[in-house]
Amino acid sequence: MSFFDYPNVTIARRTMLARSGALLSGAAVALLAGRDALAAQSADAAGDVRILNTALAAEYEAIAAYQVGAESGLLQKPVLDLAVTFQGQHKEHADVLAKTVQKLGGTPVAAKPKYEFPVASLKTQADVLTFAASLEKGAVSAYLGAVPLFANRDLSKAAASILGDEAMHWAVLRQALGMPPVPSAFVA
Amino acid sequence: MRFARATLPALLAGALGGSAIAASTPVGDAQRGAEIYTRCEACHSLQYDRTGPRHCGLVGRRAGSVPGFAYSAAMKRSKLTWDEQTLDRFLANPPGVVPGTAMTYAGVADAQERADLIAYLRAAGASAACRAMR
Repeated sequence: MSFFDYPNVTIARRTMLARSGALLSGAAVALLAGRDALAAQSADAAGDVRILNTALAAEYEAIAAYQVGAESGLLQKPVLDLAVTFQGQHKEHADVLAKTVQKLGGTPVAAKPKYEFPVASLKTQADVLTFAASLEKGAVSAYLGAVPLFANRDLSKAAASILGDEAMHWAVLRQALGMPPVPSAFVA
Repeated sequence: MRFARATLPALLAGALGGSAIAASTPVGDAQRGAEIYTRCEACHSLQYDRTGPRHCGLVGRRAGSVPGFAYSAAMKRSKLTWDEQTLDRFLANPPGVVPGTAMTYAGVADAQERADLIAYLRAAGASAACRAMR
């Protein structure tokens, strides 16, 4: 059932948020439970912290980008609600990533005070969705490139969970743009 | 289908542990590289510093030298200058070439894809949008 098939936006959003919460709690369990398992690999922790912090920085940027979209006045309901929902999921990713960095003994990167986006080229709802889709596609690739690098395989699993969420965002945005939602059998 | 054909060999090359860098460097296609560049867009853009530094002016630039960008210490001391050869090596395995880089990405295993990406970065650097930033 797609976001657009629910009887109204409130139900759609509530349902999707509840489901995303279930998904992310799975990731959170993998990341946040088992302090001993994480701590035991301290020799590799610095590398894992670096990967998590890069992902965290990108999540903060995605949150800021969705904020620009939401405040642009270009998004109409139900697309606006969709963007806010996706932004909320990026916030959940960021929260889990930051807590995991701390658990590994690292210092989470902070969000930048200001982000630069190509706002001058965002003139229609489709422009905003296309920009968001480009970020989500990039996020899929970024997580795909990070998954094999973790020393701690639980972190690889958790990153793959986030990857799946980003891929769903990308597919839904493509659908909203009238494009084939899943353009190929593999992502790269 | 072009996407799938391009992706699967890269996945298999990585899975089989083959050499990431081909014996001879293939000729890059900037148009194909533009499509491959979409993989980079969570962290990079041509004109703006984002999670990673801007790519306008990349080819010929000393690594870690964009003013105001918060590079890793590893990148700042890498002493690399970005040209076809250094980009090819780095893109194949960023953390392997610059241990400690914040570009925590396994790399682009396929040599043709790297060549295409580098051709795009070179062409984009000469674009009007990038020239306007000089």
